[in-house]
Amino acid sequence: MAVLDDVQLREGVDRETVETVQSMAGTYKHGWETDIEMEFAPKGLNEDIVRLISEKNNEPEWLLAWRLEAYRRWLTMESPDWAMLDIPMIDYQEQYYYAKPKSMVEKPKSLDEVDPKLLETYEKLGIPLKEQMLLAGVEGADAGRKVAVDAVFDSVSVGTTFKKELAAAGVIFCSISEAVQEHPELVKKYLGSVVPQNDNYFAALNSAVFSDGSFVYIPAGVRCPMELSTYFRINAENTGQFERTLIIAEKGSYVSYLEGCTAPKRDENQLHAAVVEIVVLEDAEVKYSTVQNWFPGDENGKGGIYNFVTKRADCREARAKVMWTQVETGSAITWKYPSCILRGDDSQGEFYSIAIANNWQQADTGTKMVHLGKNTRSRIVSKGISAGHAQNTYRGLVSMHPKATASRNYTQCDSLLIGDKCGAHTVPYIEVRNASSRVEHEATTSKVDDDQLFYCRQRGMDEEEAVALVVNGFCKEVLQELPMEFAMEAQALVAISLEGSVG
Amino acid sequence: MMPRAKLKAQKVEAAETLLAERALPGGGAWLRRAREAARARLVEMGLPSKRDEYWRYTDPRRLTALEAEAGKLHDTQGEAPVFDGFDRLKIVFVDGVFDADASDALAMEGVEICPLADAAGMDLHWARDLYGALEARGQAPVERPLASLNTAYATEGLLIRITGKPAKPISLIYQRSDQQADAILHHVIRVEDGAEATVLENGPMASRFNQVMEVDIAEGAVLHHIRAQGRDHERAGAAHLFVRLGAEAQLKSFTLTANGALIRNEAVIWLDGADGSAHIAGATVGDGAFHHDDTVFVNHAAPRCESRQVFKKVLRHGAVGVFQGKILVDQVAQLTDGYQISQSLLLDEDAQFLAKPELEIYADDVKCSHGSTSGEIDPSQLFYLRARGLPEDQAKMLLVLAFLAEALEEIADPAYADDLRDRLEAWLKRRG
Repeated sequence: MAVLDDVQLREGVDRETVETVQSMAGTYKHGWETDIEMEFAPKGLNEDIVRLISEKNNEPEWLLAWRLEAYRRWLTMESPDWAMLDIPMIDYQEQYYYAKPKSMVEKPKSLDEVDPKLLETYEKLGIPLKEQMLLAGVEGADAGRKVAVDAVFDSVSVGTTFKKELAAAGVIFCSISEAVQEHPELVKKYLGSVVPQNDNYFAALNSAVFSDGSFVYIPAGVRCPMELSTYFRINAENTGQFERTLIIAEKGSYVSYLEGCTAPKRDENQLHAAVVEIVVLEDAEVKYSTVQNWFPGDENGKGGIYNFVTKRADCREARAKVMWTQVETGSAITWKYPSCILRGDDSQGEFYSIAIANNWQQADTGTKMVHLGKNTRSRIVSKGISAGHAQNTYRGLVSMHPKATASRNYTQCDSLLIGDKCGAHTVPYIEVRNASSRVEHEATTSKVDDDQLFYCRQRGMDEEEAVALVVNGFCKEVLQELPMEFAMEAQALVAISLEGSVG
Repeated sequence: MMPRAKLKAQKVEAAETLLAERALPGGGAWLRRAREAARARLVEMGLPSKRDEYWRYTDPRRLTALEAEAGKLHDTQGEAPVFDGFDRLKIVFVDGVFDADASDALAMEGVEICPLADAAGMDLHWARDLYGALEARGQAPVERPLASLNTAYATEGLLIRITGKPAKPISLIYQRSDQQADAILHHVIRVEDGAEATVLENGPMASRFNQVMEVDIAEGAVLHHIRAQGRDHERAGAAHLFVRLGAEAQLKSFTLTANGALIRNEAVIWLDGADGSAHIAGATVGDGAFHHDDTVFVNHAAPRCESRQVFKKVLRHGAVGVFQGKILVDQVAQLTDGYQISQSLLLDEDAQFLAKPELEIYADDVKCSHGSTSGEIDPSQLFYLRARGLPEDQAKMLLVLAFLAEALEEIADPAYADDLRDRLEAWLKRRG
């Protein structure tokens, strides 16, 4: 009765999901606003603002020059128009480019000094900032897995935990502004080396005005003793967030990095243009997981975050490996293509993605796998789900350069449509410039299987539960790639994101 | 000026320069109107540029240059032209100009054929509702300026109205005699309700060609279209096929391309009526200085239609194969069955395959899939054949032919498929 066992197993897993969904029932869970005094730079963007941001962060001269160069490049660039997105005109002069909680003007010495309201916010978000997160049943004989959290509240990192243990391993995990002060040589060496200032419109904007973000440095041969996690949270109205993350994995090192996002409910659209750069050296491995759950706008398409992100990993040396896993359920508009430059011979890139768009959300997301080295391998698994009036596009590039001989790519993109008012699109670019490489791309588009729904309904589930269950099954290949901490949350999110899509 | 505005200005300027010295050809009111509208469209769009999204893999300059590049004629070494053994109504064009003497009489039961040059003088013609109309519709969502250029300036071509089931296929033969010829041909085909015909095209056409074929297949009608684009190396050309299908109409179109410095074949298919079916296929064999581009757009605009795209390319010695294919399913087109496969076999490290297979879907109850692969000859298959005593070159040829077979199978009549397969085999043998 293998079939029956299979079903029971699935039921077991997903019952939990359904319960989680019920517990989280209602509207957007993370929609509130914390009332903390903000210190703003004046609205608008010009060279003075760039100088002000640099000055507020007490940055060295070279970084200011770097920012100004990015700003000048940005002025000559245009917002990209090739994505299948309908982006309203953004008035960049109507945004704030710098905001920090006022109580942070003088840096707290410890978490005790942090504004209790901030801590309260994190508590609501469920981030165990001060304590270790122990998860039962995690593989291995370890006493449990630990998660270090570097929480970003608007533009300034407020608290970093586990510093000591990380320091003992030689791992640097801090805010990028701190890294600029403490490790300027590393920042100078690697900043912009993966995503150049003029890479694209949003990356140029970010390079000019980035306020904060995370910095991770894993020394040679070190396996990071815990998973690193950053919670981004956009809080102040009209404050664009321009996070900059830089991860460097030295020879033979390993790190798993988690990024999770929630944002308070807002009517005004909020702009977010982050840049993530990852440098992976010989034999190193970086695993980067994202659960993105920013406010997607309400059921009428009002409000929501604009998420224009540039994420790129550079496998610079032989046998480097990078793995992107993303669950994109939030944001009104998503423009995001986490990419891998497979420069080192035998390097590997993987991309696992779930993108869910409901109501009036628009998502144009995918990856780029640029094969430059010999025997490089990449794998892409993308699951797109569209419901309501949403548009969901997978856009990807697989490029095999002439010297990337004997390389391999496998791509699978599946789209699921729920309802007849939404759209699901696939736009892959496949460029093969040598014969010994093998490239395979497959894509399918279909609707939620009526038979499966019928089966679930017959067993007493309501339609919404049934859809959530089927969709979770559809996404399973990606969900199982997520670290334990995220997998549960992601399953719940899948269900929540589809609320109201049926019936 | 910001980059996008600057590009647009450059494209428009290029179009204006190209058109400056060219007066629109004359003709009856119906034709003049169509030409003027097409010219206006072209100026509005500008000429294509390498920086356009749908020209990113193919440089259009050779197609848009003021003068055509000269190209040597191919020595056929006495080989008979494709389809030679078939009984057909032969219509010959030499360097893109209709040759009445070399052609059969344009008369056959079930079909009316009129050269464009003859119809141009008439005040009224059935083709007035189609000439330039499908091309104009085909300008969205992607601009195809070369097709507008064609509509505005073509003086050669055929207006074919199929009213019954003609006994013989209509065979268009494109010969080359001049090394410098720059041909513009525009055909219009209307297949009336319930009619069925086969249209064959073969030959290298000209040093540079710009061909448009507008096809309207009415309810329950069937068109078979088989095209072999000749073997001359030194030529460049763009061919546009615009096809509108009514309810329960069927199209089967197959193209064989071998050689040519730059060949761009665009197909734009609209499934406007319920239960229609469109199959577009292509087999390409490229060796050396060869750049071949298939750009296909299939729009499901009615329920329960089926479409298939099958494109196979075998490339070596620096040959470049491009495939850009899109299936667009409108919201009304429920129960659509759309399929697309593009594959390339790269025989050496210099060959390239560049593909962009797209799906754009707005209806939920559909079954759409696409696949794209690229790779070299499977060493285990080669080993298998060699282990059974086949010499390496023979084993390779067998595998190449097997690879192309899926595209050839899209031809409904196996007699044509066999003829083309035999040709391919002979060409591959000669090339070694």
